[in-house]
Amino acid sequence: MEKFTTLTGPACPINQSNVNTDQILPARYLKWTRGMGLGKVLFHDLRFRAAEDENPDFPLNKPAWRDAKILVAARNFGCGSSREAAVYALCDYGIRCVIAPSFGDIFAGNAVQNGLLTAAVTDDEAAEIIVLLTQMPTLHVRVDLEHQDIVCGDRTYRFTVDPVRRARLLNGWDDIDLTESYRAQIAAFRVKDREERAWATPAAGG
Amino acid sequence: MPSRPARCCVRMCGDSDATIDETCAPPDRSSLTLVQSGSYTILIVQGAYGPTGMSQPQTIIDKLWSSHEIVRRHDGESLLWVDRHYVHEGSFHAFAKLDQRGAKVAEPGLTFGVADHYVPTRGSRYDIANSEIARMVRQVESNTKKHDIRLFGLDDPRQGIVHVVGPEQGLSLPGLLIVCGDSHTSTHGALGAYAFGIGASEVAHVLMTQTIWQKKPQRMRITVTGKTAPGISAKDIVLSIISQIGADGATGCAVEFAGSAIRALSMEGRLTLCNMSIEAGARCGLIAPDAAAFAYVKGRPYAPAGAEFDRAVEVWSKLASDENAEFDREVSLDGGQIAPIVTWGISPQDALPIDASAPDPAREPNTERAKYLRDALDYMGIAPGKRLTDIAVDRVFIGSCTNARIEDLRAAAAVLAGRTSKVPGLVSAGSSLVKRQAEQEGLDRIFRDAGLEWGESGCSMCVGINGDLVAPGERCASTTNRNFRGRQGPGARTHLMSPAMVAAAAVAGHLADVRKLLGSRTV
Repeated sequence: MEKFTTLTGPACPINQSNVNTDQILPARYLKWTRGMGLGKVLFHDLRFRAAEDENPDFPLNKPAWRDAKILVAARNFGCGSSREAAVYALCDYGIRCVIAPSFGDIFAGNAVQNGLLTAAVTDDEAAEIIVLLTQMPTLHVRVDLEHQDIVCGDRTYRFTVDPVRRARLLNGWDDIDLTESYRAQIAAFRVKDREERAWATPAAGG
Repeated sequence: MPSRPARCCVRMCGDSDATIDETCAPPDRSSLTLVQSGSYTILIVQGAYGPTGMSQPQTIIDKLWSSHEIVRRHDGESLLWVDRHYVHEGSFHAFAKLDQRGAKVAEPGLTFGVADHYVPTRGSRYDIANSEIARMVRQVESNTKKHDIRLFGLDDPRQGIVHVVGPEQGLSLPGLLIVCGDSHTSTHGALGAYAFGIGASEVAHVLMTQTIWQKKPQRMRITVTGKTAPGISAKDIVLSIISQIGADGATGCAVEFAGSAIRALSMEGRLTLCNMSIEAGARCGLIAPDAAAFAYVKGRPYAPAGAEFDRAVEVWSKLASDENAEFDREVSLDGGQIAPIVTWGISPQDALPIDASAPDPAREPNTERAKYLRDALDYMGIAPGKRLTDIAVDRVFIGSCTNARIEDLRAAAAVLAGRTSKVPGLVSAGSSLVKRQAEQEGLDRIFRDAGLEWGESGCSMCVGINGDLVAPGERCASTTNRNFRGRQGPGARTHLMSPAMVAAAAVAGHLADVRKLLGSRTV
């Protein structure tokens, strides 16, 4: 997994709460493999009014934010469906960080697996950053994971991120490799558990 | 009161990079296991323990957590054992990851597949007209076959929606930890299981290791006191909860549902309730297993039988939260105050009792909230302040992992019997077995006579990826779980409600209070 240390770039405000993964990637694109370019259809039904017909009002379609590396949204970003392809679509578009007051649990878990930082700030701070970006669209925002701060013009904001996720992003750790080092404990648990909870094994009659 | 056990320190040494640095109080010596692995020795501590020892009363969440915890790292993450893993057509990203690594499925016997998300509910199930959809169904067949995973596929009489099939087959049991690459996996918590949705990378991890890394969530209890009025269903209860605590009201929490109104729910009702925990942002939702849960499980194909079942019931009976167990958050609702409820907006939290009116942004003092209301009403095509019962619907849908079990179909049929639907609609049973049972009970005839289509089982119009779509601009009264923009198709407008309320909307042609249509009928 690609490491995340610092990131500087255009930041696009999405001034909505409860942005769900159905919005981030509509269900009809879930058939697509990663290689088909999910970034093209990120936020499809908000970005386009019809095929190829861009919605000029959607922030990502504004010239300053087309190449955004960061999104800034209101609370509960990424709620809803567990589709990890929503994270693939963000990453493939070029987004490496989402700043919001809170995130859907499953989305935040999926994000870290793909090197996408979910940086949590307060409701007021998110609203303030959104106002700053709306006033100065070309402002480049700097996110520093080591120091857990966001520099936006002459303002600096602290953000929170789960310490385990922070360590994984900073080091680019892969979960499966990590779990491999616990193989002996897993094997021991399995043996003991099969004995103690024999009922937990599916009956053969099924 | 037992004395507090001595604290012990466990540290893993050796040539591995991994370390465990855990201070805990083991309940007894039998929970300590020494394992020799290569050049290092590991002391494994298992069982119901916490930082302050056994004397602390525990919630059901603590008990389920500790019985599945293989190790807890110094940073607070735990590696949990997975008892059941369900996969479906959408799990193809995870199988691709396995192929990339040349890895095998660690426990094919604990992994079960279903074809549900893409399967057609109308037309031929075997000669699928849309080649992309056919490819998705063939893909889950080939992936499960390759890895020796039992599949409930299109040719299986037990096929259905994963969250209906799991409990129905006795695969989902009290006391288990269950995961699936689908957010509505919270459904299985109705049996007293710790069940949650995961993403594709985690699906791959579970396939390869039968374990998952998790940080213990906050423990939240939602108590619904008193008794609900006649005609009030689990869907009304859960939409009331979400409208009160919000779509992120339980984010970061495992939720236990408790109280007399919850205890009174049938197993079908409990499955509906836990299904929608995710719509309040919960990691999982569950209900302490009781006699109703044990009776539901008994005799199902994959459930323990005979003496093994009795032993299991003994264990399951101890899962309920201890008296005085502490929760991190508590919420309480009066069940007697719950009315039939419908959503008017674009999030499940946008729900109001059927006799209310849509909100009016002009009366909203908070400008951000007013903007949200305007956007939501605009998308839904509803005038501010319009009475909900004046909103005409274009079609109805009865189906999904939320509300397509036999009891749901009976409730809708009780309202529709001898009546005609003013709008077209589709009924898709939660599983092929539910479909067959409904046909034996003559429910299919009631739906057909009312003018509704009687389809095969699948996720269908809840997520629309099998081609069952609500047309742009159309308004659908639906028993599903999400009224997000475009959820049932681009531009589709969804109103969530109970099966009986959907039937009432069908009969009236507009959103309607089912209580006025009941008379001597019971739902």
